[in-house]
Amino acid sequence: MLFTSYGFIGFAAVLVSAYYLVPKRCQWGLLLAASYLFYFIAGPSALLYLLATTAAVWFAALQIEKNVRRQSAYLKARKDILSKDEKKEYKAEQKRVRARWVAACLLLSIGILAVVKYTNFFISNVNGVLDALDRPQLSFVTLALPMGISFYTFQAVGYLIDVYRGKYPAEKNPFRFALFVSFFPLLVQGPISRFDELGGTLYQEHTFDKVTVCSGLQRVLWGYFKKMVIADRMLAAVSTIIGHTDTYTGAYVFVGMIFYTLELYADFTGGIDITIGLAEAMGITVQENFRRPYFSKSLKEYWRRWHISMCSWFREYLFYPVSTSRAMQRFSKFARGRLGEAVGRRLPVYISSFIVWFATGIWHGASWNFIVWGLLNWAVLMLSEELEPLYQRFHDRFPVNGRGAYKLFQTGRTFLLVCVLNIFDCYPSLSVTAGALGSMFTVRNWSVLWDGSLMALGLSGLDYGILAAGLLLMLGVSLAQRSGSVREKIRTLRYPARFAIWYGLFLAVLLMGAYGIGYDASQFIYNQF
Amino acid sequence: MEELLRILKDLRPNIDFETQERLIDDMILDSLALVSLISEISEEFDVTITAKDIIPENFNSAKALYALIQRLEDED
Repeated sequence: MLFTSYGFIGFAAVLVSAYYLVPKRCQWGLLLAASYLFYFIAGPSALLYLLATTAAVWFAALQIEKNVRRQSAYLKARKDILSKDEKKEYKAEQKRVRARWVAACLLLSIGILAVVKYTNFFISNVNGVLDALDRPQLSFVTLALPMGISFYTFQAVGYLIDVYRGKYPAEKNPFRFALFVSFFPLLVQGPISRFDELGGTLYQEHTFDKVTVCSGLQRVLWGYFKKMVIADRMLAAVSTIIGHTDTYTGAYVFVGMIFYTLELYADFTGGIDITIGLAEAMGITVQENFRRPYFSKSLKEYWRRWHISMCSWFREYLFYPVSTSRAMQRFSKFARGRLGEAVGRRLPVYISSFIVWFATGIWHGASWNFIVWGLLNWAVLMLSEELEPLYQRFHDRFPVNGRGAYKLFQTGRTFLLVCVLNIFDCYPSLSVTAGALGSMFTVRNWSVLWDGSLMALGLSGLDYGILAAGLLLMLGVSLAQRSGSVREKIRTLRYPARFAIWYGLFLAVLLMGAYGIGYDASQFIYNQF
Repeated sequence: MEELLRILKDLRPNIDFETQERLIDDMILDSLALVSLISEISEEFDVTITAKDIIPENFNSAKALYALIQRLEDED
């Protein structure tokens, strides 16, 4: 069920109404039933994967907590009998038991994700080797990728690790835990939420409040505007450019990468607006996933503001454990001795972040394009770190930092860099991507930018007009957000102005949304991840 | 404490670590800087800081960080 389908709008409308009509103690139960129904409609067989991950993580977390309780009771009972060393040894032994529960559960849940998502990628790479050796090829397998599997797996795994680290106690009620993993607005494309943040608000009883419901629905409407008026309209031109690599080279590739980057923003943030807005309409607070990322002045800042929940997940559950692991610290010590202080200090950071960006790349898609995209991000980030003293010297000599024009230059430079990196998401293979990127420097067809050729990309003059207006509105809203919530600002206006804004936006989605012949309300880009 | 302040100063020379109390919240120390810092501390104080210990409350000030090191030394 697409967020952009009438079916979903009907489903959400019935659910929000029913949520406030049922007894308050039944509200979270209703959400669980609705979430499983939503997932069942998306693909009944995929429900098995969801159930397996939910059951395994819930059970393992409980075992970990039981072990901690047993350990405390054992130590308390033998407080005066055991020596300090014996206590230490016992604790270490119990910690290993808990770690085994985590490892077994990770093997299962990440294993499911790996099998359904990466089996064919693995086979295609093996086939590449077999081909070189002139040996028979392996057949690909048919495995449907369950909707949102990367999101709910990460959410469940994050919970398990938090319980293991003692951040909060395990959830005893399997149904409450099942809701945390399956809460349907988050299943499509996140945000990857934390149990201590989402859990509290998810199970709370909520009383109908007109302002909260309206505010949530207004955000949903804004999400639909971004998705249907901007993203789906741009998709037509982006698909034309990347679908005909022989025809659309040079300047067209440049246009394609700018359009794709804008489309990705409108698509992903639009979807997240629908998610957060729908939850808000039911009084549930979901963490923000974006903080105006295209206003970033460096790639490092961009990754603090784009897909925040995924970045913080990788940081807390992969980067920190790898970089602070005993093996990495030992390696660092070894490298300091052999390669010098400066190199030894940097190596854990470089290796750990390499692993994280490799994982980030492959998480986005089972192809070398995504892996290269991830590793290019890593390379730029590490290069920036290394060049930091040089930047510092430049800024000491030329005090331009903080000036408006320079900030604009930094923002434009970062946006362009993100556009270039994003090009690896678009094309089907590395060779095609390299060809397209190279053509920007070899094919001299920049006149297509103004000679009317862009009208042949599947968009009319009216479409470009709507896009320009939509993008300007999106920019204006982002600028206004810097000083606080735009919806709250609108709420302070007089009724006619408020009515004109929200009714105007509603009409815009209705009249200018990408519907009808030639358009198809498309799936969200991040849904495939 | 002096040793810790020296390590911090090496990492970010322009910061007054004796007064700063929002090192993580204000992103003065990002994740990359944190890992370098942890590596230095492990080397210098012979303690093991794990991912579980990387929370803002432990790294927001030199004082908090020193308290963490002392706690870990006691545990060892």
